[in-house]
Amino acid sequence: MLADKDRIFTNLYGIGDKSLAGARSRGAWDNTKALLALGRDKIIQEMKDSGLRGRGGAGFSTGLKWSFMPKTPDPARPSYLVINADESEPGTCKDREIMRNDPQTLIEGALIASFAMGAHASYIYVRGEFIAERVALQKAIDEAYEARLIGKDNIHGYPFDLYVHHGAGAYICGEETALIESLEGKKGMPRLKPPFPANVGLYGCPTTVNNVESIAVAPTILRRGASWFAGIGKPNNTGTKLFSISGHVNKPCNVEEAMSIPFRELVDRHCGGVRGGSDNLLAVIPGGSSVRLVPADQIIDCPMDFDSLVKLGSGLGTAAVIVMDKSTDIIRAIARISYFYKHESCGQCTPCREGTGWMWRVVTRMAEGRAHKREIDMLFDVSKQIEGHTICALGDAAAWPIQGLINHFRGEIEKRIDRYAANPHPDPVRVAAE
Amino acid sequence: MSIRRLAEQQPESFEFTPENKAWLEGQIAKYPDGRQASMVVPALWQAQKQNDYWLPQKAIEKVADLLGMPYIRVLEIATFYTMFNLEPVGKYYVQLCGTTPCMLRGSDELIAVLERRVGPQRHVTADGLFSWLEVECLGACCNAPMVQINDDYYEDLTAENFEKLLDDLAAGRPVKTGSQTGRVSSEPEGGLTSLTSFYGDGAKAQAE
Repeated sequence: MLADKDRIFTNLYGIGDKSLAGARSRGAWDNTKALLALGRDKIIQEMKDSGLRGRGGAGFSTGLKWSFMPKTPDPARPSYLVINADESEPGTCKDREIMRNDPQTLIEGALIASFAMGAHASYIYVRGEFIAERVALQKAIDEAYEARLIGKDNIHGYPFDLYVHHGAGAYICGEETALIESLEGKKGMPRLKPPFPANVGLYGCPTTVNNVESIAVAPTILRRGASWFAGIGKPNNTGTKLFSISGHVNKPCNVEEAMSIPFRELVDRHCGGVRGGSDNLLAVIPGGSSVRLVPADQIIDCPMDFDSLVKLGSGLGTAAVIVMDKSTDIIRAIARISYFYKHESCGQCTPCREGTGWMWRVVTRMAEGRAHKREIDMLFDVSKQIEGHTICALGDAAAWPIQGLINHFRGEIEKRIDRYAANPHPDPVRVAAE
Repeated sequence: MSIRRLAEQQPESFEFTPENKAWLEGQIAKYPDGRQASMVVPALWQAQKQNDYWLPQKAIEKVADLLGMPYIRVLEIATFYTMFNLEPVGKYYVQLCGTTPCMLRGSDELIAVLERRVGPQRHVTADGLFSWLEVECLGACCNAPMVQINDDYYEDLTAENFEKLLDDLAAGRPVKTGSQTGRVSSEPEGGLTSLTSFYGDGAKAQAE
């Protein structure tokens, strides 16, 4: 178990003082000037050495991402850091706690990351629904300006402006190029890559988009050293991680734990265990709704990290652990996720726009057993034709939950089809809200 | 995708209040010169807040005029982003999260409460107080099930405490935002399992 002294978010739950003074008493902004004095190259090297993998879902090396930014400034095309706080992946609610309870970690991280990438301005894109969170964040930023920790003329000698921007309820804006489009005042439709944002991003300028947690951990990593962070967890899966555990556990919570903590230890230690005991566990979606579910027997002793979960055909994603016990109607649970993707598809690519609705309608029928068994393979086949055939990963994210369901619970779908066939009725298929 | 159209009945005009206009002008300074289109979402949001939480066509056109954008571009934004209500809503506009993490914790029961008390989705009650909509994940999954009413989150709901919340709102009584069961935020209920060296078991904070 991670010791409190190794926790980065020491006010995760907002029990302590949320103000700048409170954050400073917990170590934030402690001689930040010395961190900047390391220089751009050393900071990026430390971030690479720490093994930090992006906390937004894809798990790409944060240090490597920073290194893609141009080294020589071009006054006509200034660099930008954009912080992705469009936390919308079902199951994920960790960045919210950073923004409202421990915001100075993020603000200090934004300064350091911007310095490392030669950016003098940064935007934090907060999802539209997080109104209280963006107010809290703005208040914290105002305090930091007031104390001249950031701003055009600040005590760190590196001009830096930080702005809060917000969306209005589009999941797709969590995709980095859709987020940039949205920030430019357009519909959030993902761009084709290349060119990558590090070359052509916000306003056509070099841009790096990072998740809130990835930025907020940076100051502590630099202060305590890459080897400290790299010493937690397993090789290639290092550091501490915020887990959001929801669903059928006795005490759902967010918690900062060591990467690679086994699932059983995570829920027993922090969540009071699975509802009805671990024998009552049916399946877990370990990384937000976009990853494939994992049945109980495979997840129960699995280390919660990127590589271990990929081996199970799933992924760590945002570390949003959705726990389902044996009372769960697993087909309906996945059908609801399918509805989510149908609702959130931006409509740009045909396989996703048409396919998400098609999959939702079929899997909704299956939840009632009103289907033919041959449709199971057809559904799987269609999901494979959506996967990989769209501009962004939303198509993949819509396909994977369906594939996970069929891979692991085909028997359950067939059983339900048999049950309905034995007792058919003319009632309309029950559907979620349109 | 969802299909969204403007309301059939539209007010004849829309004008930002002087305070909102000043606010907008201040906000535009956050973006580089010539990039004022970046303000379109926050500007529409401010218009919606000013107009009882829904966005009439004239407000969309007003935002377009202010930002120097073609009307169709701003209309696209207003129909694309689902937080923009294109038709009137109740004074207390309940957005119920129905996505899987909330569904697993009992959002069906909350839906039953709303259907009984308020009626079908998008229907505004005769007294104008309530309307509701099932929305997608609101990002408070460790405090599921939950709803957003206007700007505020109400979490850790049950059919009982949700009924009470709606009663209190209807009667104009003060209500507590956030967790309805006394949690501070998303810590484990009943006592901390981490950060105890800073805050003990956190029981005092939960009791406050």
